[in-house]
Amino acid sequence: MIRLERVSFRYPSGLLALHDIDLTIQGGDFLAIMGENGAGKTTLAKQLNGLLKPSEGRVTVDGEDTRKVSVAHLARKVGLVFQNPDHLLFSETVKDEVAFGLKNFGFTPEVVEKQVGRTLEALGLAEYADTSPFLLSGGERKRVALASILATEPDYLILDEPTIGQDYQQKERLRNFILQLYSQGKAVVMITHDVEFVAEANPKVILLSKGGIVGQGSAESVLSRDEMVNRASLVKPQMSRLFGSLARFGLPRDVVDVHRARLLLEEKLGGVKETVTTNS
Amino acid sequence: MAESRREIVVAKNLGFKYSGAKKTAIQGIDLSIGVGEFILLTGPSGCGKTSLCRCLNGLIPNFYQGEWTGQLHVDGLDITTQPTSELSRKIGYVFQNPENQLFALTVEKDVAFGPENLGYSRDEIRKRVNEAMKITGTLALKELAPYELSGGQQQRVALAGVLAMKPSIIVLDEPTSFLDPHTAEDVMGAADDLRRELGLTIVVVEHRLDLVARYAERIIVMDGGRIVADGNLEEVLDEQFDTLEGLGVGVPRVSLLWSMLRRDGLLKGKVPTHVEDAASALSGMMTH
Amino acid sequence: MLVVAVLVPALLFASVWVMIILLLSQLPLLFIGRVARRWALSLRAGVFLSGLIFVVNFFTGSLFSAIALTLRFLVLLTTFSLFFMTTSPDDLGLALDRIGAVRWLSRKWLGYPNALSFTFTTAVRLVPTLAVDAQTVVDAQRSRGLELDKGNLFRRIRNYIPILIPLLLIAIRRSLELAEALESRGFPGKEGRTSLFQLKLKGPDYAVIAVSVVMIVVSVWVFLHYRVPVF
Repeated sequence: MIRLERVSFRYPSGLLALHDIDLTIQGGDFLAIMGENGAGKTTLAKQLNGLLKPSEGRVTVDGEDTRKVSVAHLARKVGLVFQNPDHLLFSETVKDEVAFGLKNFGFTPEVVEKQVGRTLEALGLAEYADTSPFLLSGGERKRVALASILATEPDYLILDEPTIGQDYQQKERLRNFILQLYSQGKAVVMITHDVEFVAEANPKVILLSKGGIVGQGSAESVLSRDEMVNRASLVKPQMSRLFGSLARFGLPRDVVDVHRARLLLEEKLGGVKETVTTNS
Repeated sequence: MAESRREIVVAKNLGFKYSGAKKTAIQGIDLSIGVGEFILLTGPSGCGKTSLCRCLNGLIPNFYQGEWTGQLHVDGLDITTQPTSELSRKIGYVFQNPENQLFALTVEKDVAFGPENLGYSRDEIRKRVNEAMKITGTLALKELAPYELSGGQQQRVALAGVLAMKPSIIVLDEPTSFLDPHTAEDVMGAADDLRRELGLTIVVVEHRLDLVARYAERIIVMDGGRIVADGNLEEVLDEQFDTLEGLGVGVPRVSLLWSMLRRDGLLKGKVPTHVEDAASALSGMMTH
Repeated sequence: MLVVAVLVPALLFASVWVMIILLLSQLPLLFIGRVARRWALSLRAGVFLSGLIFVVNFFTGSLFSAIALTLRFLVLLTTFSLFFMTTSPDDLGLALDRIGAVRWLSRKWLGYPNALSFTFTTAVRLVPTLAVDAQTVVDAQRSRGLELDKGNLFRRIRNYIPILIPLLLIAIRRSLELAEALESRGFPGKEGRTSLFQLKLKGPDYAVIAVSVVMIVVSVWVFLHYRVPVF
């Protein structure tokens, strides 16, 4: 379990980036941290693996205070995938890149090889094992970066803006993969402002604005409320906007994903059709 | 109607292969863009959208070397015979990453950068800079350094910098990737203002159709370096919905919902492209 | 100009008194330029080095020459701080662009008269961006279990490879993107590139130049005719 207790963080420049954050993350959780640019999302992510230590309050990972242990120690449990893969890729081959973290943690060559193979397979990167990461496309590089973290099997996976620059198909694949991970009992935390992605993936949403948590709850309850969404410079997902204007027909307002919308409308329109046929 | 349409971009069998690449980046592109159109250019990653845009402002073949085939004229100029600096008077380009397209240490100096290069008089530059900053709503930022601005402000400044060169067409290549949704809409709105107020032609490259569907009347879809769909946005979404879905294009969620319900036989009519249309159509159905 | 004016006496004389006078004469300027705080910060960074200079000179020379040389270092530090803290790189670029020799060299080497001064301003502008990149790369690799200060000297140097390679590639990528954006904005333009802002010398500028010239002349004259004692 990762616990943040009344965490505040001030950068050396004096900027108060986080204030009074209380948050608990445990196995099987799927969270989306959303908020405007500069809301403190990435700063919060860096608190989770000790890259930044709280100025006030306390962050503990499985009971260990992040102030008292090294980042390398925490990195075994908390995998943080940075937004831009260019900030971490450096090896000659994809295989070496994915092995980097494992070697840092001192695994034996046999374990390293096995884990690398498994991870590349799982992410559909096996065919690129001996390719240089720099010859791959942006989307593929992003997957290599993800693989390099996943290979060490962290209990908590933190993804910073995983959908930026990804096309729809790549996002679908990512969504399925995340689903798999947290149903295996891992915690997945995703930092994003991709409302449509969140609407379909349906995580618990933590809404961050100006360094503080301003709302939390299911994607449905948070993303369908104007005052919350506006505060974090987001826009409501299309389904929520649609159902907002259909509420007078007795439909619920808190619909964010297209599949639930379909079921509701099937029922409603199916009903309408029946009444039409009986009347005539 | 067709006669009065003035073409600003004409491509005939355009193709390009980067030197050293195995596959052609784009091929067999036939394209005609009229003055004042707002075009959404989309397609899966690696489909050739960015390469096509690079052709439009001459980065291909001036900056990127490779094999060029076919013809491309922008505002009457043959791309292959013009240096990029000359083309920059006709076509403006806003890039994805705002950080890497602002050069100067203040906003005002940055907006002035293009016209300075073109060698206009000081009075003319001042006039252009002021106009461009006014239209893009960046006048209040003029003394600030680009790195002090938010992402959305940076993109507006980039737009102003391009505008100060008085181009007749502006290409925006995934201009909102790094922005939060609200700011993204704001930047798209700014681009639309330019089309409505100045009659500029706008081409936006974007994965997220829902963001642009409100403004664009035409969509061009690419796949494997070719244009696979081109036409009125509403018609393409309506008639070629399955093709788009198959390509993994992120169609607006309301369009998806509509097409699923239509497949169920629960409703008829054109696939809506944005929420307002869908809402009024559905309300209409349910009040009866 | 003032930089030269301070440097000439500072380098010509090894006297404690001269150094103190020079240092004191710069203090008001620091406050006029509103950079006193930042100057204090750079002084703090210079403490170790001045200590080193003092110790080395104390053992190789006399106490007074050690004090004088340490003070000389502080004078140099202050002078350069003053210059770079008060002069925007943009203005410096513009000034460079006005110098005939720079334009001539730039045309000869890079093909365009304004390319050299532009290179200068861009380099300055990129420093903060690359600093942020460097921090992010370090953070990203530490998140993968990299420990920079682990192992012997050789190992430690090797630890920096995962930092340096991404940083280098990012810098290259950035400059390519920058180059694309430059091309699209009509850079480098023609010989007749105008600039919206022009540097104009005003009254105080002439006064500073005059004072500087007098100081240089006096220093050289004194240096040639008298021997100034260390203390």
